[in-house]
Amino acid sequence: MIPALALIVGVVLGLAFEPTVPAALQPYLPIAVVAALDAVFGAVRAQLEGIFDDRVFVVSFVSNVLVAGLVVFLGDQLGVGGQLSTGVVVVLGIRIFSNAAAIRRRVFHA
Amino acid sequence: MSAEPPDAPGPDQPLVRRLLTPRLRRVDLAVAALLAVLGFAAVVQVRSTQADGPLATARQEDLVQILDELANRNDRLRAEVGALERTRQELTSGTGTNEAALAEARRRSQLLGVLAGTVAARGPGLGITITDPKGQVTGDVLLGALEELRAAGAEAVQIQGPAVLGDPPSSRAPGAVRVVASTSFVNGDDGGVVVDGMLLRPPYRFTVIGDPNTIETALGIPGGVLDTVEQSGGRVVVVQGQDVLVGALRATTTPRYARPAS
Repeated sequence: MIPALALIVGVVLGLAFEPTVPAALQPYLPIAVVAALDAVFGAVRAQLEGIFDDRVFVVSFVSNVLVAGLVVFLGDQLGVGGQLSTGVVVVLGIRIFSNAAAIRRRVFHA
Repeated sequence: MSAEPPDAPGPDQPLVRRLLTPRLRRVDLAVAALLAVLGFAAVVQVRSTQADGPLATARQEDLVQILDELANRNDRLRAEVGALERTRQELTSGTGTNEAALAEARRRSQLLGVLAGTVAARGPGLGITITDPKGQVTGDVLLGALEELRAAGAEAVQIQGPAVLGDPPSSRAPGAVRVVASTSFVNGDDGGVVVDGMLLRPPYRFTVIGDPNTIETALGIPGGVLDTVEQSGGRVVVVQGQDVLVGALRATTTPRYARPAS
């Protein structure tokens, strides 16, 4: 309940303040958001399977975001930033889909 | 996580109990903070993507490429603008040239019309009347007079006899013949001179446009027109005028064979 409220609070804050993304963060923010989404889906799945652990969630959330950002940063330095961020998005997307499938099986037993 | 109902069944019991413990542990705060950050970041990202359009999220090399393409396109358009402006200039100056050419052509056709006798001419000149009481002034005397006039710079000449039957009533100068390059003088069968097919009878009146003094002097030289006519028993009366009208006209004829060579 509290995390869902926090999520809503964050959305409301973002809508209220309308901050502009700093130029240095612009390539990383979308990747970071996708990585965080992956962590959240994983957490929901773990919750449904009864193996959720908040520490694991916090660590996986932060490390997901950091690794994704690092990969994109490395890609930018190597001149393949565009391709690498696409790759990261694809991998994270696949993970999100598989997590969503597991959640679906848990919830609907199908 | 904390949304679990309190009466959740068996195996989850310890977890649920743990989650429902009233004190808010630090890790719960961390989770909440992370999700708040996620929501915030997602909204910010969506907003900036919508606000900035596709360029904001494009990568540096893509932007460079786009910039290159824009520069190329700019160059092409600039070249096109230059070409179009040149064309426009040519067209405008072309119409100027056309107008000048048209004016020049009009002026030239007027001048040639004076020469060819298709337009009336006026200007300083003189009227010359040649009387012929003895019928001795023949065609070649008139031709000689005309040659004198031309040599003295006459620019437009007409010869007029007294009005006779057969004149076109609409003629601006009845009984008058405009003298042009092809003018012929033939002695009439019973007196008079046939000028270009029109029988003129004395007295013959030349109307001449040209420098009056020069022409009058030329007429009076020894062996000139005055002498010749007086030897033929006629008389010459010269009257200068500042505004003489040569109104006899010729029809414009289109050459049947000759074509402009240029």
